[in-house]
Amino acid sequence: MNQHVAAVEERDLAEEFLDRSTPLGTVRNLLHRYPAISPAIVLVVAVAVFGGLNERFLEPSNLSLVSQQVAVVGTLALAQTLIILTAGIDLSVGAVMVLGSMVVAQTTVQNGVPAPIGLALGLAVGLGAGALNGFLVTRLKLPPFIVTLGSLNVFLALTLLYSGGATVRGGDMPALLTLTGETFTVGGVNVTIGVVMMLVLYVALALILQGTAWGRHVYAAGDDPEAARLAGIRVQRVLASVYLAAGAILAVAAWIQIGRSNAASPNTGVDLNLDSITAVVIGGTSLFGGRGTVWGTLLGALIVGVFRNGLSLVGVDVLWQTFAVGVLIIAAVSIDQWIRKART
Amino acid sequence: MTTDSTGSGEPILQATGLVKTFGRVVGLDGVDLELYPGEVLAVIGDNGAGKSTLIKCLTGAEVPDEGAIRLEGRRVQFKRPQDARAHGIETVYQTLAVSPALDVAANLFLGRELRKPGPLGSVLRVIDKKRMRQRAREELAELGITTLQDVTVPVENLSGGQRQAVAVARAAAFGSKVVVLDEPTAALGVRESQQVLEMIASLRDRGVPVILISHNMPQVFEVADRIHIQRLGKRAATITPQSHSMTDAVAIMTGAVQEDVH
Repeated sequence: MNQHVAAVEERDLAEEFLDRSTPLGTVRNLLHRYPAISPAIVLVVAVAVFGGLNERFLEPSNLSLVSQQVAVVGTLALAQTLIILTAGIDLSVGAVMVLGSMVVAQTTVQNGVPAPIGLALGLAVGLGAGALNGFLVTRLKLPPFIVTLGSLNVFLALTLLYSGGATVRGGDMPALLTLTGETFTVGGVNVTIGVVMMLVLYVALALILQGTAWGRHVYAAGDDPEAARLAGIRVQRVLASVYLAAGAILAVAAWIQIGRSNAASPNTGVDLNLDSITAVVIGGTSLFGGRGTVWGTLLGALIVGVFRNGLSLVGVDVLWQTFAVGVLIIAAVSIDQWIRKART
Repeated sequence: MTTDSTGSGEPILQATGLVKTFGRVVGLDGVDLELYPGEVLAVIGDNGAGKSTLIKCLTGAEVPDEGAIRLEGRRVQFKRPQDARAHGIETVYQTLAVSPALDVAANLFLGRELRKPGPLGSVLRVIDKKRMRQRAREELAELGITTLQDVTVPVENLSGGQRQAVAVARAAAFGSKVVVLDEPTAALGVRESQQVLEMIASLRDRGVPVILISHNMPQVFEVADRIHIQRLGKRAATITPQSHSMTDAVAIMTGAVQEDVH
C-alpha cells in the first residue's frame, strides 16, 4: 500500500514537471488554440512594411488591384481548405475552374445558350468534377494526391479539346457572365462584384463549418477518421460531400475568373492550384487535417497577394517574389509542425 | 450457474450459445453470458480465450455464426456497431475514440448533435452549442466526473485519464442501457485508473449495467460484482470477488482448476 501512495506522489511530481510552462510554450499554446494569429501578424507587418517602402502601396487604386488579384485565388483556396481539412489535397482546383469557365463561355457565346443556363452548366461541371474526385477517393480508396494529379491532367486535356485552345473574349459574352468584374466604390476603393462574392462564400462556409453538425463532422473526419467512424459518423459520405461542395465553390471561382480577366481562356489559371494550397497552408490549416479555419485561408490568400504586389511595387524581380512565397510556405509548415507539439 | 449470487431478476443483456469461427479458427465455441441490471460484469481470460470476439459480437462489430443475443428479453441482431448503439449498447474502445481537435462538449455529442429550435435548426440545420455545453456539464456532474471542469477545452489538451472520462461519459450519457468498456485503464497511470474505476462504480450506482473487459486482476476484483471467465472460446465459470480469490480466478483462466458452470 505504501508503494501505491509513493507512485501517486511520483505521478504528481511528473505532472508538475510537464505543466511547467515557459514563455515560448505559452506562445505555442496560444497559436495552437488560435492558428490564425500568426498569418494575421504576418499580414499586418507586411502591409506596414510595404506601405512604408512605397506610398503607392496603400493608395485605393492599388488596394483595389490587390483585392481583385486575391478574389480568384481566394475562392479556389476556400475549396482547397475544405479538402485539406479532411487531410486530403486537391491539385485539380485550377483545372476544374478553367474547364468550368470555358463551358460557361462557349455554351453561351457559340451555342447561344441563355447566360443563366450557361452558368448552371458551369456549376454542373464543378459538381461533376467534385463527384468524380470524391468517388475515386471514397469508393476506390485512392490517395487524394494521386486522384487529383490524374484528374488535373484529364480536366486540362478536356479543356483544350473542348475549346480548341481558343480564348473567348468578354466583350462577346452576355453581361451576366462578366458581372463579377463590375465595380462599385467603397471609401474610394473600387470593389468588384467578384470580390464580394468571394467574401459571401467565406462567411457562408465559416457559418456552416462552425454552426452545423456537418461542419463538425468534416473536422472530426479529418482529425481522426477511425474515431469519427466509431462515433457513428459516416466518414466516407462526409468526404464525398466535401468534394462535391468544393466543386460547387470552384464553379463560382470560374465565374469570378471570367469577370476578373474579362475573358475565358483555356491557358490562364491552371497553375493556381499551387497558389491555393499556398494560401491554405500559410493560413494555418494543417495538411494533416482537422485543424484550421477559412479565415486563416483568407489571410493566407491576402498575404500572397500583398507580397506579390508589394514586392513588385518596390521593384523586386518577379523571380524573387516567387522565392519569397516559397520561403513563406516552408515557414508556415514549420510553424504548424511546432504548434502541433503543443500541450496545455 | 453455481456461483451466481448478485444477479437478480431477468438479465438485461443475454447471449446464448454464441459461435464465431474465422476460417478454421474457432473464436467462440458456444458462449453464454448474462448481464443483470445494475451490476458490473467483468470479462477476463487469457489471450485468445475469445474475450474480444465475445465483446465484438455483443456490440455489433462482429456477427456471430450461431447463437442468440437478447436485450431486455427481446431477440436482437446487430450487423454493425451503429445497430447496437441504436439499441442503447454503448462501447468505449481501447483506442480512445475521441476527436482530438474538438472540445469536450462537441465530442460528447459527436454524431448526434442537438439542433436549434425552430426553422434555424430544422431548415438551416444550425447546431445549438449553448444547449450542448449545458447538457454536457449536467451529464458530467451527474456521472460524478469532476476532472472535466471546462467543456470547451479541446480534448487533445486533456490528460489520458480525462480523455477516458470523456469517452466513458459519452457512452454513459443519453440514456444508454448497457455500457461496454474494453480495457479502459490499459494506457493509464495509477491515479487515472482509479478515477476510471470510480466512474464505473458511479455508472452502476446510476443503474447502468457495465461490462468491463480487463487484464488487471486487482482492478477487476475491486469493481466487479461478478466475473465471467473466458477460456478456449467458452465460459469457464462465472464467479464473484467474494466467492473466489484472484488465485482461484487465474487457476480457472489457465485451466488448472475445472469449475462446474452448468
